[in-house]
Amino acid sequence: MLLVDDVATYQPIVSGNPYQPHMARIVRIYKMVENNHLFTLRFLEDNLAHTFRHQPGQFIMLSVPGAGEIPISISSSPSRPEVLELCVRRVGRVTQALYRLHTNDVVGVRGPYGNGYPIPEMQGNDLLLAAGGLGMAPLRSLLWYALDHRDKFNNIILMYGTKRPEDMLFREELLALVDRTDMNCLLTVDADPAGTWKNHVGLLPTLFDYAKIEPLHTYASVCGPPVVYKFILQRLLELGFPKNRILMSLERRMKCGIGKCGHCSVGYKYTCLQGPIFTYWDAINLPEMI
Amino acid sequence: MKILRLRKEKLDLFASVVQQFGELHAPVEQDGKYVFKRLTRWAEARLDYDRTILPPKKYFLPPRETLFRYRPGEGFLPSTDGLNQRIILFGLHACDVYSLNILDRVFAGKYADPYYQARRRNIAIIGIDCTPDKQCFCRSMRADFVDHGFDLFFYDTGDYYQALVGTALGDDMVLATGNLFEAVDAADIDEYKRRSWNKRRAFHLDVEIRDLPEIFEMEYQSEIWEELGAKCLSCGSCSMVCPTCYCYDVGDDVELGSRAGKRTRSWDSCLFADHALVASGENFRGPRASRIKFRFYHKQRGFVAEYGRPSCVGCGRCTSACPVGIDVVQVIDRLRRVQDVASR
Repeated sequence: MLLVDDVATYQPIVSGNPYQPHMARIVRIYKMVENNHLFTLRFLEDNLAHTFRHQPGQFIMLSVPGAGEIPISISSSPSRPEVLELCVRRVGRVTQALYRLHTNDVVGVRGPYGNGYPIPEMQGNDLLLAAGGLGMAPLRSLLWYALDHRDKFNNIILMYGTKRPEDMLFREELLALVDRTDMNCLLTVDADPAGTWKNHVGLLPTLFDYAKIEPLHTYASVCGPPVVYKFILQRLLELGFPKNRILMSLERRMKCGIGKCGHCSVGYKYTCLQGPIFTYWDAINLPEMI
Repeated sequence: MKILRLRKEKLDLFASVVQQFGELHAPVEQDGKYVFKRLTRWAEARLDYDRTILPPKKYFLPPRETLFRYRPGEGFLPSTDGLNQRIILFGLHACDVYSLNILDRVFAGKYADPYYQARRRNIAIIGIDCTPDKQCFCRSMRADFVDHGFDLFFYDTGDYYQALVGTALGDDMVLATGNLFEAVDAADIDEYKRRSWNKRRAFHLDVEIRDLPEIFEMEYQSEIWEELGAKCLSCGSCSMVCPTCYCYDVGDDVELGSRAGKRTRSWDSCLFADHALVASGENFRGPRASRIKFRFYHKQRGFVAEYGRPSCVGCGRCTSACPVGIDVVQVIDRLRRVQDVASR
């Protein structure tokens, strides 16, 4: 763990080394949901902080010195640069170590990696974003990109579901979107025992009843645990979505992020290079994808 | 390409001269098998070897290497350990040179691997031709000859070695020997052709790789994968000895009593249970059958889609190393076999 006191002598290493992590300071830790904190990072190198740009759907390799390096999707939109927001669930060894860090501690970042969402193709179309649980993490980047470039897209629909209201990631900002008239923000919870939830109650697919969807003019971006893929994909296919208009964001074990270490391969593609955004057509053709 | 010849008895003289270009490594006998190793004297070199236990990849992607050191306040400092060492790797067979050409593609591209690239620049390759044995199927894998990837390549033509000069460095080695090398004549070329023809006929194994990717797709649900999964021990030996298996793992180690440490990478195998395991506990290739299927699939199908050819070079090492006798040629043969379902 590096402390901010140690940072003054840090000299950025200029090299063509694609494995080189660049040090970044944790500027904010927001406890959105128990064990699902939002970490805001800013590169120590000012130049990098100003120039770092990513595509919605891309990821970075995050180093927690002493613990290791892991792929994390970028939750912030490239339309809001200077900092990177990462929604990280405390689940493994490296994320455990990250959760022991404090504001102003330093981590390593390299990237951005992966293909990201095919924004040029998606422009001029309706967007349907469907997420369950932690699936909101990569989709939030696309959501804010679309809202910040509202004129580039037609209708925007968000369907997001979690088990309980207190599990909902980005809850305050998403609740604020419900009132927006230039998008259809549909939020649901499986159950609301406390009876305080003012939005939908029911499983994620029930939200389809509240959305007007034209499959041939829409790109559907889906992200979530396997159960979400199962039911949402089934529903999208019933609606008549062409298989290349359904976009999925995958997670895999990764050690390099740049197509060398072999861990993230699905069939004959690398999640880190040709993904993590794949179409449903890719999924059918690549064994063991979902 | 510059082609010369060297009288066979002058080879040791050449070897002594060439050492000015780097530390000389060659196949050496060890417990009845062969290993690439630093020579203490030229007489140790066994150029008549069949295959080494580990392929030459160990020089370019070491089993374990330090990528970075990190210190609080300094961040991650790239390691250059061993990257500047000049080595002459003498006596690689064509399949092994070919395997390096395959690794070149993986470790190049948009994200070129600087560690691999540095070693590739500093390690000279001198190839030598060979006689296929019972486990060789490099011809089927189109890796029985190489046209690049070496500095020099020696073909045995009886009294001489015919030397193909592949690079400017190779040419410098030739020039450094003074007038040890001679021009080739028509009789040398005829002798080469005769031997090339004989080599072709010496193969015991032959597999057809055209349309193999399609057959892999068709046989994806074949029961053969379950059978292999039941047999395979997941020891990963096949990956370790494979000249083109490049999967690696990366880990951070903290020095005792300090907050500094290093990031190292080490060889990994897709047969290991945790290769596709993520932190949530989800394992995308949990069953052993799906892991061994993936290894075959990636070599013979995946790599074709990515780079236009299988990554297997037919060196036979995986078959030699497998403790339970899984034989890549037999697996391919079985996948290609007509099941004759109609007459059952």
